[in-house]
Amino acid sequence: MTAIDALSPEDAFVQRADALAKAVGREQFSIDVTPPGCLWAGAKRAGVPHAAITALDMTAARAVPGVVAVLTAADVPGTNRQGIVHKDQPVLVETCVRHCGDAVALVVAETREALTEALDRIRPEFSPLPGVFDPVAALLPDAPLVHPDHVGGNVLVHGLMEKGDAPAALAGCDVVVEGEFSTPLQDHVFLELPNGTARTAAKGGLDMVVSTQAPFRDRFEIGQALGLNPMHIRVRAPYLGGGFGGKDGATVQCLLALAALHAGGRWVKMVWSREETFLAGYKRHAARIRLRLGASRDGTLVALTGLMHFDAGPYAHLSGEIMALGMEHAGGPYRIPHTRIEGFCAYTNNPIGGAFRGFGVVQTSFAMERCLDALALRLGRDPAALRRQNALRPGEPNAIGVATETGTDVVACLDAVMAHPVWANRLEWKKQAPPLTRRGVGIAATLNAMGYGRGLPDAAAVKLELTPSGAFLIYNSVPDMGQGNASAFVQMAARALNQPPEAFTVCQPDTRCCLPAGSSSASRTTYTFGNALLRACRSMREKLQARASLALLVDDPSRLALVTGGVYDPVTGQTLPLARLAAFLSRDDRFCVDQFTMPVVENPPETGKAFKFGFPHRYYSYGACVCAVEVDELTGQTRLDACVTAVACGQVLNRQGVEQQIQGAAAQGAGLALFEDTALTAGHMRAQDLSTYLIPTALDLPDLACIALDDNEPSGPFGLKGMGEIGIHGPSPAVAQALADATGLTVRRLPVTPEAVLDALAAQTSGTSPCN
Amino acid sequence: MQLTFTLNGAPVSVETAPGRRAIDLLREEFGLTAAKEGCGSGECGACSILVDGSLRLSCLLLAAQLAGHSVTTAEGLGTLEAPSPLQTAFAAHGAIQCGFCTPGMTIAATALLAENPDPDRQAVRQGLAGNLCRCTGYVKIVDAVLAAAQSLPKDHA
Repeated sequence: MTAIDALSPEDAFVQRADALAKAVGREQFSIDVTPPGCLWAGAKRAGVPHAAITALDMTAARAVPGVVAVLTAADVPGTNRQGIVHKDQPVLVETCVRHCGDAVALVVAETREALTEALDRIRPEFSPLPGVFDPVAALLPDAPLVHPDHVGGNVLVHGLMEKGDAPAALAGCDVVVEGEFSTPLQDHVFLELPNGTARTAAKGGLDMVVSTQAPFRDRFEIGQALGLNPMHIRVRAPYLGGGFGGKDGATVQCLLALAALHAGGRWVKMVWSREETFLAGYKRHAARIRLRLGASRDGTLVALTGLMHFDAGPYAHLSGEIMALGMEHAGGPYRIPHTRIEGFCAYTNNPIGGAFRGFGVVQTSFAMERCLDALALRLGRDPAALRRQNALRPGEPNAIGVATETGTDVVACLDAVMAHPVWANRLEWKKQAPPLTRRGVGIAATLNAMGYGRGLPDAAAVKLELTPSGAFLIYNSVPDMGQGNASAFVQMAARALNQPPEAFTVCQPDTRCCLPAGSSSASRTTYTFGNALLRACRSMREKLQARASLALLVDDPSRLALVTGGVYDPVTGQTLPLARLAAFLSRDDRFCVDQFTMPVVENPPETGKAFKFGFPHRYYSYGACVCAVEVDELTGQTRLDACVTAVACGQVLNRQGVEQQIQGAAAQGAGLALFEDTALTAGHMRAQDLSTYLIPTALDLPDLACIALDDNEPSGPFGLKGMGEIGIHGPSPAVAQALADATGLTVRRLPVTPEAVLDALAAQTSGTSPCN
Repeated sequence: MQLTFTLNGAPVSVETAPGRRAIDLLREEFGLTAAKEGCGSGECGACSILVDGSLRLSCLLLAAQLAGHSVTTAEGLGTLEAPSPLQTAFAAHGAIQCGFCTPGMTIAATALLAENPDPDRQAVRQGLAGNLCRCTGYVKIVDAVLAAAQSLPKDHA
C-alpha cells in the first residue's frame, strides 16, 4: 500500500487536469455562458471623482426600445451597501459620487445595442465637490471628507506594530539609511472581464454564474446589499480567466443580482468592458512608505522604523487588512531586534484599492529592499552578502516578534540565486555591454505569509463522492482562477487513494452542492482545501476498506489495499471492483465529508491591536530574486535581460505548477517595475485600456527562471506551502537595484520610466546624484 | 443578410445583421466560444481566428467580412479527442494557466508556424507579441510552440 503522504518522483511532472480542455477551447468560463434570449445589464458610471448628484433623469433611457428596466439607488431593496468587512460601498450611489467608477444607474435591456443606447442617454448632472487624491493629504485637518459621517474622518484604519524600542535603538546605531518610497496603483488585467449571468429562481431565490474568487462569501455580500436571504442565493464559479485578487469581493455580483430581480425570471448577463474594468475595478493600493533602517558598522541590522500611508480609495474593501499584511512584512525576511511600523489607511477619491497578489507586501517589500541596497552602498558591502548576513533563520523571531517555523530558508534561496550565472558572472556580463548601453544587476530577498492569519479562521470543508460508477467526484469549494488548484486536488486525491487521475472529476464551486470554504486567495487555496481533501480521502479509504471487507468476508479491513479501480485482498488475491462496491452502497454512504482550519500563531505578540482580523501570520514562503537590466543610453529604455527567482515553499507537489506561479508572478512584478502606469491625475486614470496601460508582452520579458528548492512544511498537504504570491515581490526591488547599478539612479518610485532613466544619465554626467 | 462562409472546414450559411461583430456571431450563433473577448479593441489577441489561414482579430471584424472566406477558430484546430500538435504541446509544457488567452495563442502560433516552421525563441516571441497573457510570463508558451515546431513534419521540398 502506498503511504498516503508519499510523493513519487513522477508526481512533480503531472500534466494539469484542466490543460487540454482549455487548449482546445472547450472549457466554459463564466463569460461563455450566454443563455438564449438572455437580457443584458450594464451600469452608468459617474466619470467624476467627487460630486453631488443634482439631477438624474431616466426618461430618455426608458424610452429606448428594448429597455426592460432603468434602476437607481431608490430601487435597491436592502442596505445598498456592499463590502467584505466594512459595508461602505453603495451598489448604486444615492446622492454622492466618491470616485469616477461609481455606478449611478443600472439598465436592463433586451439587446446589447439597446443597453448601450440607454446608457448613453443617461446624463446625470453633478455639482462637483473638492476631492482628496493623496493618502497623506487626506489626513490634513482641512481635507475634504470622503465619508462626512465616518468617525475618524478620512482615516479608515490606523495601526502600529512594534517590537523592542526602535526609536531609541535607531538613535544608537552606527549607520542609519532612510528613504520615502512610492508604489502606484496596479490593475490586475485578468483577461476574462468581470461578468456573470443570473436569474431569479423559485421561492425568491437567485441563481448566478459568476467569475468570482469567493462564491460562498458573495452570497452574504449580495444578501446584505439587496436585503435577500443569503442562503437562497446560489453562486457557481466556473474556471476563472484570471483573478489575481481582483475578483475577490463583489464586481458584477450585486448589480447583476439587482438586475435579475427586475428581469421577470429571465436570465440576465452582465459583462464589464475593459474600460469599465479600469474605471470601476479594484486596484493594488498606491502607497507611500517612509523607512529608517539602522545597523551596526559590521552590517548587522539593529532597528527599523516605518510610516506608511495606503490609499484605500473611497471604499474599504480589504484595505485595512491589506495594509496590515504589508506592515507585518515591512521588515522583510531579516533579523531585526527593534521595529516600529505605523500605518495609516486613508479614504480618497481615487479608484478603489483592493486585493491583488502580494496584498500590501509588494509595497513594503520594495521599500525595505531599497533600504537594504542603500545600506550596502553606505557600508561598501556586497548587497547579497549583507542580506545573507541578516537573513532570518528557523526559530528566530521575525520583524514583529513571531517565531519563524522550520523551512525558513532565506539563506538557501539567496545562495541559489547567488550561484546562478546571472549573479555569479555579473561583472563580466556588465563589461560586455554593447556601445551606448549600460548594464546592471540587482538582488532581493522576499517572504510572503500564507493564509488569513489569526482572528479570521482560514477554513475549508470538502465533500468527496464515490460515484455510482465507481469513480470519484471532488466537490471543489475554492475557485480555480488559473493557479491550478483544481488539478492539484486531483493529483493529491489520486495519490491518497492510489487511483489514476482519470478516476477523478472535479465539480467546480457551486454553493448549492459544494461545502463552504474561504476564498481563492492569500496563498491558502491548495494548502487549506488540500488538507481538508486529504482528510476526506483518509475517511474514504477507510470506508472503502470497511465496506469491501463485508463483501470479501475479511475480518480485518486494514489488510485490504486500494488498487486501480478496486479494493484488493493480498491474502486471497481477490479484487472487488469499485464499480461493484459503489453499486452496493446507499447514496449517503458514497460520500465523505471533512474540513480543515489552518493553525495560527499560538502566542501572538502584544502588538498590532488595531488589526483584529488576520494578524499575525504563522507560515511563510521565502524567496530570492536576481534581475539583470540593459539600459539604452539614447532612449532611456530599460530591457529586463534576466530574472531568476528561487523559492522555498514546502515540498513541490508539481514542479511545473510551481514554475507557472513563479514565472507569472515575476512577470507581474516586472510589469509593476517597468511598464504599468495608470497615469492617475486628480482621481482620473488617463490609462483606460490595454493600449495605454501596458502590461508586458512576449517581447518585453526574458525567459523568467525559477528554482524551487527542496523544502518541507510538516503541516502542509504532502508537505507543501502556499506559493502563489511569493514570486511577485522580487522583480521590483531587484530591477530598481539593477538600474542603480547600471545608471546611478536611486529608484524611489515605480514604475521606472525611460524619462527618469534619461534624467539619471544626464545627472550622472553633470556629477549630481539622481533619484526618481 | 444571408452570410455564407466556411467554418472550421464545413460550409455554413446564416442570417445575420451585417454589422454584427464576427466574434459575437461565432460565439453566440455557432456556440464557438474559444475566441474570447478580453478588450474588444484589438489589443489583447484573445479573439484571434484564422481567415483563409491569416491571423485576424474577430472583435475587429464584422460578420459580413467573413462572407466567402474560410474561417478557423481554435475549435477547428483540434478537439479533446484529437488535439493539434500545438494544443498538445501547450498542455504538456504547462503553457496554460487560466487558459483564457490560450485559444488565441494557439491560433497565433498556428499562423506563425505556417509562415515559419522552424522559428527560434525570439521569432516565437515576435509572432505572439499581439497576444497578451497575464498568467504565464510567456516562458512555457514559447517552450510549447518550439516543441510543437519540432514535432511537425517538415516539408523538405
